[in-house]
Amino acid sequence: MSDEAQTIPGLGAPDDTEWETVVGLEVHAELATATKLFSASPNRFGGEPNTHIDPVSLGLPGSLPVLNEKAVELAIRVGLALNCRIQPSVFARKNYFYPDMPKDFQISQYDQPINVDGWLELPSGKRVGIERAHLEEDTGKTVHIGGGGRIHEAGYSLVDYNRAGVPLIEIVGHPELRSAEEARQYVSELRSILVAVGASDGKMEEGSLRVDCNVSVRPTGSDRLGTRCEIKNVNSLRSLGRAVEYEARRQIDLLTSGQAIEQQTRHWNEDDGRTHALRSKEEDYDYRYFPEPDLLPLNPSTEWVEQIRHALPSLPRDRRLGLAEAAPSVDVDHIALAVERSMDELALAAISGGGAPERVMTHIVQNLADGSGELAPESLAELVGMEEAGDLTATQAKKVLAVLVEGGGSPQDAAQTLGFEAMDTGELESLVDSLIAEHAEEWSRFCDGDAKLTGFFVGQVMKATKGRADGKAVTQLLNSRRG
Amino acid sequence: MRFGMGQQRITRAECAHVAALARLELTDEELDRFTGQLDELLDHVAEVEALDLEALPPTMHALPIANLLRPDTPGEVLDRGEVLAQAPFAEEGQFRVPPVLGEAP
Amino acid sequence: MTAVEIAAAVRSGQRSARSVVDEHLDAIAGGDAGIHAFNLVAAAQARARADEIDGAVAAGSDPGPLAGVPVALKDNLCTRGLATTCSSRILEGWAPPYDATVVEQLHNAGAVVVGKTNMDEFAMGSSTENSAFGPTRNPCDTSRVPGGSSGGSAAAVAAGFAPVALGSDTGGSIRQPAALCGVVGVKPTYGLVSRYGLVAFASSLDQIGPFTTTVADAAAVLDVIGGPDARDSTSISEPQPPVSDTLADGVDGLRVGVLAELSGNGIAPDVAARLKAAVGALESAGARVAEASVPAAVFGLSAYYLIAPAEASSNLARYDGVRYGLRVDGPSTPDMNTATRSAGFGDEVKRRIMIGTYALSAGYYDAYYGKAQKVRTLIIDDFASVWERFDLLVSPTSPTTAFPLGERTADPMAMYMSDVCTVPVNLTGQAAMSVPYGVGDDGLPVGVQIMAPALGEPVMFRAAAVLEASL
Repeated sequence: MSDEAQTIPGLGAPDDTEWETVVGLEVHAELATATKLFSASPNRFGGEPNTHIDPVSLGLPGSLPVLNEKAVELAIRVGLALNCRIQPSVFARKNYFYPDMPKDFQISQYDQPINVDGWLELPSGKRVGIERAHLEEDTGKTVHIGGGGRIHEAGYSLVDYNRAGVPLIEIVGHPELRSAEEARQYVSELRSILVAVGASDGKMEEGSLRVDCNVSVRPTGSDRLGTRCEIKNVNSLRSLGRAVEYEARRQIDLLTSGQAIEQQTRHWNEDDGRTHALRSKEEDYDYRYFPEPDLLPLNPSTEWVEQIRHALPSLPRDRRLGLAEAAPSVDVDHIALAVERSMDELALAAISGGGAPERVMTHIVQNLADGSGELAPESLAELVGMEEAGDLTATQAKKVLAVLVEGGGSPQDAAQTLGFEAMDTGELESLVDSLIAEHAEEWSRFCDGDAKLTGFFVGQVMKATKGRADGKAVTQLLNSRRG
Repeated sequence: MRFGMGQQRITRAECAHVAALARLELTDEELDRFTGQLDELLDHVAEVEALDLEALPPTMHALPIANLLRPDTPGEVLDRGEVLAQAPFAEEGQFRVPPVLGEAP
Repeated sequence: MTAVEIAAAVRSGQRSARSVVDEHLDAIAGGDAGIHAFNLVAAAQARARADEIDGAVAAGSDPGPLAGVPVALKDNLCTRGLATTCSSRILEGWAPPYDATVVEQLHNAGAVVVGKTNMDEFAMGSSTENSAFGPTRNPCDTSRVPGGSSGGSAAAVAAGFAPVALGSDTGGSIRQPAALCGVVGVKPTYGLVSRYGLVAFASSLDQIGPFTTTVADAAAVLDVIGGPDARDSTSISEPQPPVSDTLADGVDGLRVGVLAELSGNGIAPDVAARLKAAVGALESAGARVAEASVPAAVFGLSAYYLIAPAEASSNLARYDGVRYGLRVDGPSTPDMNTATRSAGFGDEVKRRIMIGTYALSAGYYDAYYGKAQKVRTLIIDDFASVWERFDLLVSPTSPTTAFPLGERTADPMAMYMSDVCTVPVNLTGQAAMSVPYGVGDDGLPVGVQIMAPALGEPVMFRAAAVLEASL
C-alpha cells in the first residue's frame, strides 16, 4: 500500500466542490406478516433459538414452499406507495452455500420482480428513482463464538433458524442520491412509507430494516458513474451518514493521489468509523439463478391490485403537501417533522378549527411530545385563539397546553386554574406608572436610549404580576410612556 | 479425453471449478473420469443445437397453473428437541458448525 | 390376494388386518435376503397399526378403502420417526419429524406401512444399483436388475412382499422398474399427487405413483393419494373423479396412437412384438389404432439430462452436514460441507450435481439449461398437436427386458438410454403407466406404456384394464 492511501481521511483533502458523491441504496425490510414467506411458522423477532421453525423454514428434505398471501399484499402496497408498476413475477433460486441458509439456496425474485420502475420523493421535493422492489426470504442468524465474536477469529459458530424464511422486500434505488444527508433522508422517507402502509415496523435496531449502500465519487459535472463500493453493516441512520461520508472521502483521497478505486464489498465498522474491504468484484459468486420449480408464477389480478390501492392510507408525501397547503408560511422542515411524528392530523384539524397556522405549528413542533395525539384539536385551536387575542402569553399558553395534554378540559378553565386571567389594560398601566416612579434613575437611563433597561422593567412587571402580564404589551407601554 | 482436437466441450479445469462450486472434492481419478463422462453427455445433448428454438418460450412448469397462495395463519412449529436430536452437533438450542470464515457471499 | 380383495375382506371382518400384515412380514423375512427390496422393515409398527385397524372394525367403524393393505414406501418418502435415507449415506439414520402427504393419506385410508424400499441414491438411476446399501435384485431373475430408480418398490410388489408400493417417477423411475419386474406402475399427471414429503430430485418432473399387481389395485391407490394439497404449490387444485369408477368402460371408439419415435429405433424385437400384440388387443376391443408422430420426443433425453440435474444440483445443496444426516468434520464450515458431501454422495449423484451445476453456471445457462427449457416447450407443443387426433398413445416402457446386474454401471450414457421411452412424459407433465404384457424371448416381463394427456387418467386406466383382461 502506498503512503498516499494511508493518509488520514479528511486531512489535506481537496475542496469538496470538485467532487460529487453518488449513492444508490438497497434496502431490505422485513414484512409485518404473522407467518413466514413460504410456511406457517411465526414471523416474530427474538424468541428462544430454533423455536419458530417448521419443515419448510428449516429446509427439511421433502418440504415445499407455499407463498404467503399477506406478504404479497404488503409487497404490492409498497410497490404502489413507491409508484411502481406491479407486474407478473417469478421466484428464482439464488444458489450459494452458507450455514444460515437452510436449503443452501435463497428463494428470491430475479429477472421478473413484482414491482418495477417507481420513485420516491424526498421532503425537499427531489425524486429518486426506484429500480425494483421484490420479495425474498430472510436467512437465519449465525453467532460466532470465541475470538471476541469476530467472524474470522471465531472458534466455531451457532446457527438459529428463527429468522429463516421471514418475508423481506428488497427495495433497490437508482444511484441518484448526491450526499450522505440525502441518503439519510431517503432511508428516513422510505421507512416512513413502509410504516405508513403497514408493511414493516421499520426498526433498524432490530434489523427489520437493513441498508446496503453503493458509494462512488466523480468529478463534479461528470455524467459518468465512478467505480462503486458496496458498504454493508450499516445499522442506523447515523451510521449511514457516517459511512457514506467516510467512504466518499476515502475514494476521493485515492483518486486525488492518482490511485484507482477497486470495485469491492466493504464492511462498515461503527467503532473505528471506517469501512474495511470484505471481497473484491473478482471473487463474485456464481449464484446460478434459475426459476424456482416448486413455486408457480405470481400474477396478481388487476382487481386485487386496485383493491389494495384504494385501501392505501395517505402517504407521508401527500400528508406533507396537505399540511403545507394549510400552513403555507410554515418552514418545510417543520411540516416534515410534524408528518414524521404523525402530528399532522392534529395540526390540520386545529387549523381548520380556526387556529392560526403558525402558532398551531409552533405548539406541534416545539411543545407537544410524540403521542400527544389525544389532545382535542378544538382545544388547541381555542388555545391559539386566546394567544392571538392577547389573553395568554406564549409562556402561559405552553403551560396551559401541558395541562390539557395531561388531563383534558377546556383552555379557558385551565388558564383560570393556573391564574392566567389576562390583566386589563388599566391595571397594567397603573402598575407600570408606579414602577417608573419607584425606579427614577433606571427610567431616565431608559429614556436616554439604554435598551438593556427594557428587560429590567419587563422583569419588574413580571415579578409583580407573577408572570401574568404580556411582555410585548409591557414593552409597548414603556415606549409610549417615554413619548 | 480429446485434448488438442478442438472438440472437447468441458475441460478438466472447468470440471474442477464446477466441483468446487458444488462443494465436492474429487480425486484425480474421479476428475478424469467425470470430465470424460460429462463431455460425452454434453456431446449428446448438443443434438438440440440443430433445432430452431429462437421463437419458443422456455417451460418451467409443464402445467399452466399460477397464483397458489396461503392465508397468513400461523400453524404448528417443530419441536426443537426432536429437530436438534437429528443434528450432527447441537449446542445451546442451536446448530453448531466449524468456523464459517467469512460473511455470506 | 389383491389390495382390493384384502380391503374388502378386512372391512367386512372376514379377515383380520393383523393376519394379512403378519403374512406379508413373514414373506419379507423369508425372501428379502435374496432380493434386498427393503432398506427397513417396520414390523412392530406395522403390527401395531394392523391391530388398530382390527380394533376399528370390531368397534363398527370403517378404517377406509385400503383397510389392512400392506404398503411398501420408496425410501424417499418422509415417514415421521422412521428412517428415510434415499439410499444415501448422507441421510443415513435421518428420521423425519413429519409425514409426507401421501403417507398421511394412506394412513387415513387404513393402509399399513410395512417398510421403506431400496432405490437408486436420490432416485438417480435406472437399475437400483446406485444404492449406498447395495443393489436390489429382480425377483423374476435375481441375476438381473429390477430397473430403477424405484427398483425396491417394484421388486417388493413383484415378490409378493406387499400388494402395494409407492415410488417416484422423475424420468421413468416407476414405469421402467414396473415393466422390468412385471407389475403395474403409474406416473400420474404432474400435480395430481402431492409431492409434499417426497425428497426432491427434480421438482418440476417428480411425481409419486403406485406399483400394484393389478390395474384395479393401482386405480384404488391412485384414488386415495390423488387430489389437492395446500402444502404443494404445484398441486392441481380441483379434485378429480375417481379412476376406479370407470375402469370397466372399455376402449370402444377410443383413438389410440402408436408413438412412432418411441417404438421403432433401439427397441428390442421381442419387446416390439409384445407392443404389437397389445395394440392388437386394443383394436379387438374396439379402439381405432393408427401411427402417431411426436418428432420432438427424440430430444426428450437431452432436455431431461440437463433439466433434471440442474434442479437436482440445487435441491441437493442442503445436504451440507449442518442440520441433519451425515457430517464429516473439517477445520471450517466450507471444508466440512465439502468433506461431508464428498463422502456422503455416490458417483452418480456427484455426476448429476456436476452436470446440473455446469448447466446453470455463468456463461452456460443459455446454452444448456435455457435451451433445454425451450426443447421442453417444443415437446409439449408437439404432444399437444397429437392430442387433437388421439385419446391415448402407446409405446414400449423400456427398450429391453431386465438387463444383468453390472452391465451398464460403468457406462452412464448407456444407462441413461434406458429412459428413452419414459422421459418425454415427465417433461410434458402428462399421465402415463406401464402395464405388464407378457414376456420377451428371455422369459422376462415386458411392459407396455400407455400415455394420456394431462388428467387423462380415467381413459388411460380403461385401456390398461382392457390390456390386462386380454392376457
